[in-house]
Amino acid sequence: MKVLVPVKRVVDYNVKIRVKADQTGVETANVKMSMNPFDEIAVEQAVRMKEAGQADEVIAVSIGPQQSQETIRTALAMGADRGILVQHDGEIQPLAVAKLLKAIVDAEGPGIVLCGKQAIDDDANQTAQMLSALLGWSQATFVSKLEIGDGEATATREVDGGLETIKVKLPAVCSVDLRLNEPRYASLPNIMKAKKKPIDMKTPADFGVDPTPRLTTVKVVEPPPRQAGVKVADVAELVSKLRNEAKVIS
Amino acid sequence: MSNLVIAEHDGAEIKPHTLNTIAAAQAAGGDIHVAVIGSGCQAAADAAAKIAGVSKVLMVDSAEYENQMAEAVAPAIVKLADGYSTIFAPANTFGKNVMPRVAALMDIQQLSEVSAVLGEKTYERPIYAGNAIATVKSSEPTDIVTVRMTSFEPVAAEGGSASIETVSGTGAQDLSSFVGQSVVSSDRPELTSAKIVISGGRGMQNGENFGMLEKVADKLGAAVGASRAAVDAGFVPNDYQVGQTGKVVAPDLYIAVGISGAIQHLAGMKDSKVIVAINKDDEAPIFQVADYGLVADLFDAVPALEKELG
Ligand SMILES: Cc1cc2nc3c(=O)[nH]c(=O)nc-3n(C[C@H](O)[C@H](O)[C@H](O)COP(=O)(O)OP(=O)(O)OC[C@H]3O[C@@H](n4cnc5c(N)ncnc54)[C@H](O)[C@@H]3O)c2cc1C
Ligand SMILES: Cc1cc2nc3c(=O)[nH]c(=O)nc-3n(C[C@H](O)[C@H](O)[C@H](O)COP(=O)(O)OP(=O)(O)OC[C@H]3O[C@@H](n4cnc5c(N)ncnc54)[C@H](O)[C@@H]3O)c2cc1C
Repeated sequence: MKVLVPVKRVVDYNVKIRVKADQTGVETANVKMSMNPFDEIAVEQAVRMKEAGQADEVIAVSIGPQQSQETIRTALAMGADRGILVQHDGEIQPLAVAKLLKAIVDAEGPGIVLCGKQAIDDDANQTAQMLSALLGWSQATFVSKLEIGDGEATATREVDGGLETIKVKLPAVCSVDLRLNEPRYASLPNIMKAKKKPIDMKTPADFGVDPTPRLTTVKVVEPPPRQAGVKVADVAELVSKLRNEAKVIS
Repeated sequence: MSNLVIAEHDGAEIKPHTLNTIAAAQAAGGDIHVAVIGSGCQAAADAAAKIAGVSKVLMVDSAEYENQMAEAVAPAIVKLADGYSTIFAPANTFGKNVMPRVAALMDIQQLSEVSAVLGEKTYERPIYAGNAIATVKSSEPTDIVTVRMTSFEPVAAEGGSASIETVSGTGAQDLSSFVGQSVVSSDRPELTSAKIVISGGRGMQNGENFGMLEKVADKLGAAVGASRAAVDAGFVPNDYQVGQTGKVVAPDLYIAVGISGAIQHLAGMKDSKVIVAINKDDEAPIFQVADYGLVADLFDAVPALEKELG
C-alpha cells in the first residue's frame, strides 16, 4: 500500500520567536525553518513501514510557499519516494489543508495517512482529525505505537490518563506523538539521491479548494513577561519565602 | 443566543475540565446547554444538571458511545449542533480528539486552545508554544472552540437545576474499536488541577529518584510532573509530561527540579503563580522565569526540602 505523509515547514523548534512590531504575526523572515518535528516522526514511521515490507511507496506532501520544497526534500532524503507540493503563499488554516489533503488522497489512494499530532507554530492539532472526517475514515490520534495488521491497525494513544489502545480499520488517518520513534538523520548519499526524486507541483486551484482563511487574525502580541525572581541561599530560606512572602504553602 | 458545552464524563461523573469549559461559555454570554453523550450515562447527566449556570442538559445515551470513540461521538455532536452560536469542549486529549472531526463534518474552521473569550466572535489563543498570543475573529455561523482549561476558573459543580432532554443515538460505527487502556491511578491530586506541582527532569537520573519528589509532594498535597526528557528516558509515564506537547498546568506553586527550562517545557507551566527552580547550573534558563531559584545539587536540596517541610 501507499503511505501519505503531510509535512509542514515551520520555524525551527530551537528558534526563539519574535512577534512583529506591527502585531500582524510572528517574524518568519530570515529565521531558520525546518520540518515540523512531529512530521519527521511520521516520515520515519512511513519509511520503516516500507523497510518492513508493509508499504510500497511513501509520498510526502506539503502545502505552503515554494520553499516548502526543502521540507519535502528532507522527507525524500529520509527515504520517502516522491513529493507533492501544493504551492500557496500566505496563511492557510487546517480545514483548507485537510480539504487539499483529501483531494490528494482521492487521487493517490493511500492505505494510511500519517500526520504529525500538531504543528509547533500554530499548535492547532486539527488537521489529521479533519482529514479523517472528510474521508469518512477511522482516526488514531496521538499515536506512540502502531502495528499494521490485515485490513486494520492497532494503535496505542497517549491520552491524559495514560495510554489507550484502539483498533482502526484501514484505510486510516493517524497523528503521531513524540515517542513513536526516533527519526533518523539523512545520510549524505541519501541527500544527494533525494535531489533526483520527483516533486509534483500543484496549486489549491488544481483541486478546486478555496484556501481563504475563515479565521481572521486581529493581532498577535507577546505574552506578559515574567519577572525573573531572586536566588535563595538555601532550602531554609526557600521554605521561609514560600511560607511568609509568597504564602503558597502553610 | 445559546451555547453548547460538550461534557467530558465517565458515565457516572462529570470530569472537572467540563467546569472550566462551562466558565468559558459563561464568558461568551447566553444560555448554556451541556451535552452528555455516552453509554449508560444517566448519572453523569444528572450531575451535569446540577452544575451552576446550566439551563439544559442534552443526554444521548446509546451503546455506540461506549469508550467515546471519535467516529461515533462526532456525528452525535453534529446532530445536536443546530442553532447554537458556539460549541465548547475542553482542549484535553478528549476534546482535541473529537472536536476537529465535528468541525470538518460541519465545514467549520475550529479555534484551538482558546485562552480568553472576548465576545463578538473574538478569542485569544496562544501560538508558538505560548510565545505569542493571537487575537482571532471567526466568521463561521457556529464557532467551534476548544478551551485552555487553566485560563478559566471552574464553575461550581452544584447549585443548578437544569432540565434533562433525551436525544436518540446516531447509530453504530465499525471504523474503530476500543481494545484497552493502562491508566495509572494515584492518590495524589490530578496534575492539571493541583494547587501545587513538583516536576522532575533529566537531572533526576532515574525513576527511583522520583521517589524523593513524591515524598515532598505528599507533604505539600502536590501532584508530580516531569519534563519530556524524563518521560522519554522512561523515568515516569507519559501522562506526567508538562509542556507544549504534554499537559498545561497553572498551579499556585510549581517546583521544577533538575529541569533546564526549554521553551517547550515553559509552554506548559509558565502561567503558574509562583515558580521555584532547583538546578545545579546557575545559567539554566529555568531561572529566568523562576520567582525563587536555588542553585544546588538536587540530591542534597530535595531531601533537605522534605525535612524542612516537617
Ligand atoms: C497570526 C498567524 C499568521 C499566520 N501566517 C501564516 C503565513 O503567512 N503562512 C503560513 O503558511 N502559515 C501561517 N500561519 C499558520 C497557519 O495558520 C497554520 O499553518 C494553520 O492554521 C494550520 O495549523 P497547524 O499547522 O497548527 O495544524 P495542525 O492541525 O496542528 O497540523 C497537524 C499536522 O497536519 C499536517 N499539516 C498541517 N499543515 C500542513 C501543511 N501546510 N502542509 C502539509 N501538512 C500539513 C502535518 O502533518 C502537521 O503535523 C499563521 C498563523 C497565525 C496564527
Ligand atoms: C516538538 C517538541 C516538543 C517538545 N515538547 C516538550 C514538552 O511538552 N515538555 C517538555 O518538557 N519538553 C518538551 N520538549 C523537549 C524540550 O525541548 C527539552 O529537551 C526538555 O524539556 C528537556 O528536559 P530537561 O529539562 O529535563 O532536560 P535537560 O535539558 O537535559 O536539563 C536537565 C537539567 O538538570 C540539571 N541537573 C542535572 N543534574 C542535576 C543535579 N544533580 N542537581 C540539580 N540539577 C541538576 C541540569 O543542570 C539541567 O539544567 C519538546 C521538544 C520538541 C522538539
